[in-house]
Amino acid sequence: MAVTAEQVADAMYDLVKEYQGKKKLKAMDLTHMMVERYGAEGCDKKMCKAAIRSLIDSDRCVYTYFGGSYIELPHAEGAAGGG
Amino acid sequence: MSETNGKGSATPMLDELEKGEWPSFVTQIKEMAAEKEQCQQLLELLERSYREKIGHWKHGGIVGVHGYGGGVIGRYNDLPEEFPAIAHFHTLRVNMPSGWFYTSDVLRKICDIWDEHGSGLTNMHGSTGDIILLGTTTDELEPTFKALTENDFDLGGSGSDVRTPSACVGPARCEWACYDTLDLCNDLTQTFQDELHRPAFPYKFKFKCSGCPNDCVASIARSDMSIIGTWRDDIRIDQDAVREYAENGVNIERDICGNCPTKCMEWDGHDLEIDNGNCVKCMHCINAMPKALRPGVDTGATILLGAKAPIVQGAQLSSVIVPFMKLEPPYDEIKDLAERIWDFWSENGKNRERVGEIMQRVGMGNFLEAIGVDPIPEMIAYPRENPYVFYEEYYEEEDEEAEQEEEEGAAVP
Repeated sequence: MAVTAEQVADAMYDLVKEYQGKKKLKAMDLTHMMVERYGAEGCDKKMCKAAIRSLIDSDRCVYTYFGGSYIELPHAEGAAGGG
Repeated sequence: MSETNGKGSATPMLDELEKGEWPSFVTQIKEMAAEKEQCQQLLELLERSYREKIGHWKHGGIVGVHGYGGGVIGRYNDLPEEFPAIAHFHTLRVNMPSGWFYTSDVLRKICDIWDEHGSGLTNMHGSTGDIILLGTTTDELEPTFKALTENDFDLGGSGSDVRTPSACVGPARCEWACYDTLDLCNDLTQTFQDELHRPAFPYKFKFKCSGCPNDCVASIARSDMSIIGTWRDDIRIDQDAVREYAENGVNIERDICGNCPTKCMEWDGHDLEIDNGNCVKCMHCINAMPKALRPGVDTGATILLGAKAPIVQGAQLSSVIVPFMKLEPPYDEIKDLAERIWDFWSENGKNRERVGEIMQRVGMGNFLEAIGVDPIPEMIAYPRENPYVFYEEYYEEEDEEAEQEEEEGAAVP
């Protein structure tokens, strides 16, 4: 099933939204999930990379760090409250 | 008797760290405390932590500059009402120039930027090699980044990405450099910008480039991929210079030949002979007689993989993955190798698992097969012992059949 990078970005965004607050997803988790969903021929790692870049550059998602790097929805950082 | 800092707050426990003959970070922060409220509160919070034996810093979370997932390390204190000036005290990692060469003008620019946007405190340099700018607020991140990029600086790596590659001074100042460490470091940095700024790996990945086996950047202990200069021809010998060392009091038999780990050298009082086939490139003789001995001319690098500090598992040193690789622009061979390793690691690595750990978990044989590298005897865990590669290709079917027949024969009474 052939898809575009933007479609993959949308699908990734939905996943991040669905898992927000439940499980933190890494870039490689999203890539694995997309390859599983669309198949390696329709959606390769390069396309997933472009999709993640689009998600971040459009501010729909942000990188976070909690012992490793994750991709999450933008949210107010709890510890930043006093700043 | 305790001293007081610039604003009169007593910090008796920190003051202890100013005593003695060594430079003190407390003294340096106190100097800045006269100008910056952040530094004053930083001292007070640290004093409190020492008193209470409790750390008051939270590390991580959401901070960064637009589009980047690395380069900013979020720091928040858990007492923001009491220490509002350092409620946010984020660290920026700035990609240093290869070999840490600066002009004084550039250093002043960096300090001016940091005085304007942050605490003014720096760490030159962090253990990865970056310029570390300590302490700013979330609001100041983008303006700082803008000012840095206007002066041709970029952020370095942090999190699960390629960390800022680093290199020894190499051919710029050292006659033993077996490849151009500065050029390779810069090339890797430019080539892997995406991997450096957008974390996509199970965990961090570090490149360190050392020009010769002296390994001045300690790449064998501190980098996932250690690129250590070496040579594959003979050590160059100037016999007249060797004799000069002897005439000037160097005991060549005892201090040079006697300290050679493989005893591959002989000194007859007139000439020094080296059995280069048995030389393990330890550099001892070259270091001891730099005017007489030099690395060969057929130079390149040994590529090692897997060093790490203890996190999930214990510390380990890198081990050889490619005994000799020519390193010349455009460095396609080493880049291709790195990408094959990343593909396998990203596909199969567990969260926070370093490359050295996945090598151990899946076994060296499987790892080599996955990255398309043939096993060879140089891939050993320790010099001259313990080969851990299983050579399947030497184990023919006929041997198996013969073994089986032998066993069956032995079983018959």
